[in-house]
Amino acid sequence: MAAERWEPMDKTRALIVDDSSVMRKIVERSLRQAGVELEKVTEASNGAEALVALQSNVVDLILCDINMPVMDGLEFVRQIGTVETAKGVPIVMITTEGSESHVVQALSAGARGYIRKPFTPDQVKEHVLPLLGKKV
Amino acid sequence: MSADTAFARRAHEEKWRPTLKLAIEEVFEIMLGRQVEPREQGELKVKGGFTAMVGLAGALCGVFTVCCEAETARRMACCMLGDVAASEDHVADAVGEICNMIAGNFKNKLAGTDERCMLSVPSVVSGGDYNFRSMADGDSIAMVLALEGAPVIVRLQLHS
Repeated sequence: MAAERWEPMDKTRALIVDDSSVMRKIVERSLRQAGVELEKVTEASNGAEALVALQSNVVDLILCDINMPVMDGLEFVRQIGTVETAKGVPIVMITTEGSESHVVQALSAGARGYIRKPFTPDQVKEHVLPLLGKKV
Repeated sequence: MSADTAFARRAHEEKWRPTLKLAIEEVFEIMLGRQVEPREQGELKVKGGFTAMVGLAGALCGVFTVCCEAETARRMACCMLGDVAASEDHVADAVGEICNMIAGNFKNKLAGTDERCMLSVPSVVSGGDYNFRSMADGDSIAMVLALEGAPVIVRLQLHS
């Protein structure tokens, strides 16, 4: 049987990757405030955990920190192509790292958006909704 | 020029104190929906509680710390979580993340520094009776702030 591939959906299955559990909750709340209807939220505390989570969870959107122990966000983005079901899933980095070199590295590796912490729900809306095929 | 003089000159020329104040205010206003008021050094003391640390390496080498009492830390976690009751783990996590965001926001505002300065993941010490001493042997900038009347001390200590 062919693996389930990502397609845009009305209800969104999100993967939130951040070593801070509080920040994962804030990101989830910001998505809801942005008008994203969440069907399921999967959480991971680093890139390695996120790769494992993607083996058993099909997601429509990934929000990922950069500075994390075990595997950082940039390495996670580089490795995500190895997960068949995650190909094409939009990734938005949410991080305290604001340098141009980090932005360039993230976008070159395949991220589709970049949000600097601290962030407002409006910034999440602006970056995420277009990736889900919705109007801001 | 001595290391002390170099630090003071660079901090003055690059407006570190107002930059740090802005970085702190933005984090509290955007992520907690709260305002902090600057206070004079020594006006407010922190007794025990939580100290979060984020290391800096590269263009800036040292440590950022955020220190507050346990009740203040719990209040900050509740604000971040949306007034949901915070567990002990959430409280430590919240203080660490606030320190991380202040450090990142500060370095991102220093022209030319953000590209060459790396941050560690946060560490948090908690308890009722401890003293925190940084082994960084350089100067520091400390800001004492009041969050709803309670003290929060943010310090940037650099190696000389």
